[in-house]
Amino acid sequence: MNSVLNIRNVNKKFGKVNVLNDININLNKGEFLVLVGPSGCGKSTLLNCIAGLEKIDSGDIHIDEKNMINIEPKDRDIAMVFQSYALYPTMTVEKNITFGMKVRGLDKETQKNKLQEVVKQLQIENLLNRKPSQLSGGQRQRVAMGRALVRDPKLFLFDEPLSNLDAKLRVEMRTEIKKLHYDLNASMVYVTHDQIEAMTLATKIVVMKDGVIQQIGSPFQIYNTPANIFVADFMGSPSMNLIKATTTKNKGQYLIEINKNKKKPAILKYNCKENLPKEIIIGIRPENIIEKNSSKDKNFQAIKSDVKVIEPAGSDTFIVTDLGGSEVTARFHSESEVTLGSEIDFHFNLSKASIFDPKTGNRLN
Amino acid sequence: MINNSSSSYTNVMLRILLYIILFLFAFYYLLPLFVMITTSLKSLEEIKTGSLVSLPRELTFDAWSVAWSKACTGIKCEGLKPYFWNSIFIAIPAVMISTFIGALNGYVIAQWRFKWSNIIFALLLFGCFIPFQVILLPMARVLGILNLAGSIPGLILVHVVYGIGFTTLFFRNFYVSIPVELIKAAKIDGANFFRIFWSIFLPLSLPIIVVTVIWQFTQIWNDFLFGVSFSEAGTQPITVALNNIVNSTTGVKEYNVDMASAIIAALPTLLVYIIAGKYFIRGLTAGSVKG
Amino acid sequence: MFKWLEKNIPKIVIAPSFFAILVFVYGFIAWTAWISFTKSRLMPKYDIVGFIQYDRLFDSPRWEVALNNLFIFGFLFILIAMILGLIIAIFLDQRIRIEGFLRTIYLYPMALSLIVTGTAWKWILNPGLGIENVFKNWGFENFTFDWLVNPDYAIYTVVIAGVWQASGFVMALFLAGLRSVDQEIIKAAKVDGVPTTKIYTAIIIPSMAPIFLSAFIVLAHLAIKSFDLVIALTGGGPGYATDLPATYMYTMAFSRGDLGQAASSAIIMMIVIFSVVVPYLYSELRNKNDQ
Ligand SMILES: Nc1ncnc2c1ncn2[C@@H]1O[C@H](COP(=O)(O)OP(=O)(O)OP(=O)(O)O)[C@@H](O)[C@H]1O
Ligand SMILES: [Mg+2]
Repeated sequence: MNSVLNIRNVNKKFGKVNVLNDININLNKGEFLVLVGPSGCGKSTLLNCIAGLEKIDSGDIHIDEKNMINIEPKDRDIAMVFQSYALYPTMTVEKNITFGMKVRGLDKETQKNKLQEVVKQLQIENLLNRKPSQLSGGQRQRVAMGRALVRDPKLFLFDEPLSNLDAKLRVEMRTEIKKLHYDLNASMVYVTHDQIEAMTLATKIVVMKDGVIQQIGSPFQIYNTPANIFVADFMGSPSMNLIKATTTKNKGQYLIEINKNKKKPAILKYNCKENLPKEIIIGIRPENIIEKNSSKDKNFQAIKSDVKVIEPAGSDTFIVTDLGGSEVTARFHSESEVTLGSEIDFHFNLSKASIFDPKTGNRLN
Repeated sequence: MINNSSSSYTNVMLRILLYIILFLFAFYYLLPLFVMITTSLKSLEEIKTGSLVSLPRELTFDAWSVAWSKACTGIKCEGLKPYFWNSIFIAIPAVMISTFIGALNGYVIAQWRFKWSNIIFALLLFGCFIPFQVILLPMARVLGILNLAGSIPGLILVHVVYGIGFTTLFFRNFYVSIPVELIKAAKIDGANFFRIFWSIFLPLSLPIIVVTVIWQFTQIWNDFLFGVSFSEAGTQPITVALNNIVNSTTGVKEYNVDMASAIIAALPTLLVYIIAGKYFIRGLTAGSVKG
Repeated sequence: MFKWLEKNIPKIVIAPSFFAILVFVYGFIAWTAWISFTKSRLMPKYDIVGFIQYDRLFDSPRWEVALNNLFIFGFLFILIAMILGLIIAIFLDQRIRIEGFLRTIYLYPMALSLIVTGTAWKWILNPGLGIENVFKNWGFENFTFDWLVNPDYAIYTVVIAGVWQASGFVMALFLAGLRSVDQEIIKAAKVDGVPTTKIYTAIIIPSMAPIFLSAFIVLAHLAIKSFDLVIALTGGGPGYATDLPATYMYTMAFSRGDLGQAASSAIIMMIVIFSVVVPYLYSELRNKNDQ
């Protein structure tokens, strides 16, 4: 495996604020790395540091196994697509795409060939003589991609490239970027705060918060085994249920007690090798709380609780109830007939649950 | 902006009244111009016997030709012509230089921030607000030391130095609204400082260049203080010459020549205003509100 | 070396302006301030002797007149220009069909040199042949209007001309302000049945406080720096009845050869201007940084 991007112990401050805190990331050739995190967590800053647009205070960044310290952005063999597209407003689409090649003194012939190639790939042949102001959002987005593609760089950097598009276009472009990644076998770093985008595009996800990496892993790992409560809560929509509970050990098995509103607590059995503290938080996704135990799976255990809200969402219906002092969402079939206020069975699949320590927020199982 | 949908009788009357008032105001603002023009077209005879606000009985352009080439400014009697050219030779280079410097400064301050750039901007901005009286004395001495006293290059220097505060402000305020990503993209594309300025920012700047040029031209053309303080007999700008014509105490007072001179002195900026009023107003508001 | 150059280009580009401003603004202010504490007369002396120039200044009846005039002129000029500007702006805001045309008329005086303005008004207010004569011709035999040559009233002619020049500009500021008020709020008020006059007094005008402040600053600045207008209109006369600090300073510097007085009066002018402008600039810059 050859590493395209290697970030080691990178720190960055703006004034007194630690915007990046000991960042370590490795990216191999052909990987699609998505940086997610809430607004202001330092994603753009990290991307700018990779591009050389911001200086890092300490640590090393290697691109293609060369140290990038004191290397100007133009010499890093990268291309970047910005959230605002940053198209040169007075230049036509053609000039926008070829500007970089022109500045680098490539001959006219090469410029033309490259341009044609990219323009065909992105299907913007008929826009070449327009100015950015005469383009729609999606077209601008394509031109911005074109500007990056002609460069044929070692590494692509994307800073929320789709966030200014409407929902439908966003889905379309998402698919296209994914295809592009596949066709070019390119290495990409992609910033977003849209976790669906992250899940669908990434081969590797980095979840950040306040300049600290929370977890690095495949979309599957991030979704199913979040490293802490923050990741659990941030990734997935609707988000993971976080239920307060207490444990007692009983013959090599844990009994988990969940408080119910003014009623006798519910008790669930739970097998696990690790030692659990008395107080825990159970993280369980809505699809692991269902209406009935159809497969007769032993993993499912029922809890009776009142239906508080019914939210039909097309293929599924989300049912909300109160457990452990907070709202819990379950995912039922859309045909299920449930009446508001009635007490029904919720079947929990605890084998898919994550257990967190309420004090540290970290995963325990 | 507030419209009354009901169109009753009183509303119609109110609107008529409104228009009358607005026209009265227009009359007030136009009166001096009207008086200047009509007076300049009358003979001295008619001025003395007729009324200030009456139209000329007999059109005569004598006063204009006197004003342009014969009127006396102090000892010399060559009219405004040489001073008109002086003003042109002062204004054009000074406008060009100060606009260019302002564009570069604004570009740096808005888009290439460094540790002290905001402080430098604040210092420049403050320079716009000083009463120029406070620099007159040392400036006179420095011009003397530089051997520029009483010369047109000296006046150009003065106008450039005290103009860059405003020109920088104009360009800076224009460039701050341009997203920083543009420069980042260009840096990654491999362009350097001047290339980015030349290929990306300058082509964008036409509106603000027009505003700045118009503002600077108006300021410099209309300047009197620097002109009267730092020029000598042959190098005076037109405002100084006009004042000399009007206030020269020798001979008969020729009001028609005074008025023709005043109009000649006002003509360039008035033309700019009529042709590019939109940009003029933009400069005026930007220059004085945001400053 | 090349790398260093490339990295520091922004600083290198702005350095000449920075040093120019440092010397020509701040250095010169320092020089003038220094001189104001010396015994300099025709030639500068550099031994500091304390406040004697300021003592002389405030003992001088002429300076007293100048300050007094500044107060009268500044107060009336700002007040009348603001009121006039606001009234015209509100009237123009009533969906007037020829608004653009009228605005052009109201604002053109701003494009003129104050020397031209002064010359025009000097002629209009001329006691023999000007407005006085017009009224006499209309049958008001006893009408006299000799403010221009009356030491007690001459300063008011400066107000008249000054207001004429600047009120259109204030109008433009206010009009822009009126237009920038959130239209939704106005619509909401109209739906609630608030009468038009009440909408102006209770909603629109209060929300224009920053514009009032801007207009005030601009006008105050103009008033304190007023020099050209007085020179062209009255020459500071009759006697020194219409002297302002700016003309006082000029007379001391260039006619009387009294550098000490010129310097100290310039410094006082600067203090007056800055006591108005600095708080404003400070709050403006702070607000901008907060955003
Ligand atoms: N030039 C700067 N000077 C000072 N602070 C900055 C600067 N740029 C960013 N910051 C701060 O650094 C933090 C991280 O900013 P960054 O732009 O990297 O966030 P982000 O994760 O990209 O957020 P978003 O999703 O909103 O784009 C923020 O708190 C921001 O306020
Ligand atoms: Mg960002």
